[in-house]
Amino acid sequence: MTSAALHISQARLPRWAPILVGVMALAVAGLPALLSGWGPVTWLVAAIAVFLVAMPLWSRLVEGRRAATDRFVTALIWTAFGVAVSPLVWLLWVVISNGLPAINADFLTQSMLNVIGDEQGGIYHALIGTLLITLAAAVISVPIGILTAVYLVEYGARSRVARVITFLVDVMTGIPSIVAGLFALALLVLLFGPAFRAGIGGSIALSLLMIPTVVRSSEEMMRLVPDDLREASFALGVPKWRTVTRVVLPTALSGIVTGVVLAISRVIGETAPLLVVAGSTDGVNTNLFDGRMTTLPVFIFSQYSSSTPVGYERAWGGALVLIALVMVLNLVARIIGRIFSPAKGH
Amino acid sequence: MTATASPERTESTPTPRPSRRGDRVFAGVVRLAALTILVALVAVFVFLAVEGWVGLTADPATYAPFTSFVSYIEPLIVSTLLAAAIALIVSVPFAIAVALFISHYAPRRLAAMLAYLVDLLAAVPSVVFGLWGGRYLAAYLQPAHVWLHEHLGFLPFFGPGPPSPNGRSLFTAGIVLAIMILPIMTAISREIFLQTPRLHEEAALALGATRWEMIRYAVFPYARSGMVSGIMLGLGRALGETMAVAMVLATTPTTTLNVIGTASPPTIAANIALNYKEATPERQSLLIATGLVLFVVTFLVNFAARWVAGRSGRRLNR
Repeated sequence: MTSAALHISQARLPRWAPILVGVMALAVAGLPALLSGWGPVTWLVAAIAVFLVAMPLWSRLVEGRRAATDRFVTALIWTAFGVAVSPLVWLLWVVISNGLPAINADFLTQSMLNVIGDEQGGIYHALIGTLLITLAAAVISVPIGILTAVYLVEYGARSRVARVITFLVDVMTGIPSIVAGLFALALLVLLFGPAFRAGIGGSIALSLLMIPTVVRSSEEMMRLVPDDLREASFALGVPKWRTVTRVVLPTALSGIVTGVVLAISRVIGETAPLLVVAGSTDGVNTNLFDGRMTTLPVFIFSQYSSSTPVGYERAWGGALVLIALVMVLNLVARIIGRIFSPAKGH
Repeated sequence: MTATASPERTESTPTPRPSRRGDRVFAGVVRLAALTILVALVAVFVFLAVEGWVGLTADPATYAPFTSFVSYIEPLIVSTLLAAAIALIVSVPFAIAVALFISHYAPRRLAAMLAYLVDLLAAVPSVVFGLWGGRYLAAYLQPAHVWLHEHLGFLPFFGPGPPSPNGRSLFTAGIVLAIMILPIMTAISREIFLQTPRLHEEAALALGATRWEMIRYAVFPYARSGMVSGIMLGLGRALGETMAVAMVLATTPTTTLNVIGTASPPTIAANIALNYKEATPERQSLLIATGLVLFVVTFLVNFAARWVAGRSGRRLNR
């Protein structure tokens, strides 16, 4: 028994072999790194290269060709993940370290009105613009999105129209944001003439981008509502529309709210459509239906385009505020989703 | 879905209900909302076409420095395709590797958190990517431009002109795009990899396959159509992404295949963002016409991607 088992099992490297090779690779690469004064990044890259050669080589000698290939691919995939995440870390670090010095009370509470030269200025007007335009976009897209999901789940079930709509909603998620902006612009131009710009145009563009996300998430959540609940309600003689509004929607509510907040966090950072249709201005504009309106992303872009040191500083400050906004919304969505998650099935 | 007839599927109800009208109104409202989506998509096309039509055959002066719509949009199309190609070439291997990492390699307990980390990349607004790309990544990649020019300068993509002195080239823009489309491609590949039947994987392992062989012979064949559709969705994003290109690229109207030169024509999307400001009404409809071209192209790409995914009977979660 044992001899047969030994015979068919191959020699294997011990479990700690990758760790050993990793430490040795770091040491081997560390020598030239110390001698010629490489930075930590170059050192790490060299160590990974050493590991990618050494680990398969050792495995090849002990375990054979197939296992060596497996070890090589494993190392490659771990490396690829590290490389893919590094831009995120780098970007967040850059935004925080450049943005923090730019942020103070004045930056958050003043607009750019009458700010000249190297005066500091602020993002108050952009915050107001972002808030209003995004809210209006949510007001337009949330009812349409949720009602469409109701149609797809409760009424359209498996009909041809429902399948076409599902497919088109999927396709709609890929519409470039600038095209949504141009659509809103074309609409406004057709209605009010070529020079007309208003915040509401931005809301229309954003809602075009938001609707698919809202539909998808609400649809998914409503499909999770167990059929028993619906049947119980029908059995009590409750009409269908009251069943949907009083039983299905409340049960799925937390999931739907999560989806809506995620959709908002996705469009709040949109720049291109707002640049085209809402334009930018230095002062505070609280009227969605008249006049240009700056939003935070557009503010960042126009400060970046000014190519002055103080412009860059404002852009970084704005970027930090924007990223913080998006992250907070993301976090809120996840917390809502986790705390109020509906009972899934039985 | 149980086989028993649930009340919502039965066509006729035995007893007349008191609030039949409420039902009918609600059904109508819901149907209207669903149709709004169809109408909106058609409206996008119609409005862009109506407003952009003038831009197709305007006075030659409108197209300065060119003379016709075709010559105006040609350099833009070349740049758009080049940038998207760079983005895909860089991004696809990483997307598949990262998806495999999360679905098959990462420690189980960490996998969900690591997946969230990649999704965070998608949450970063494009304007911040542009800011970072223009201020940091471009300078960081400049030596790579010089290297490419010296060693591969015989290719039309890396020569013959001098390499960009500040790295603000189509190459850098393509890299930023690659980072931006990574999350969507990863998410879709990951999902498909996870759907591989567990029995296929275990059968492969039981036959003595190593983990990589199991992935090659059990996971990849099963996931092929999903991967293709993920890549096409990534392509659609790369074609339409605006701000990253507009903020990174130094532009010139002259057509060039050189992706590391001092300047390139902007992509269609970036061109719209860069020129909307000083647009006269004619120029504005010209920009809208280029937007129409972009819309049609990305719509077709997305359509094909979803069709490929739908054909295999699976619905993607994003």
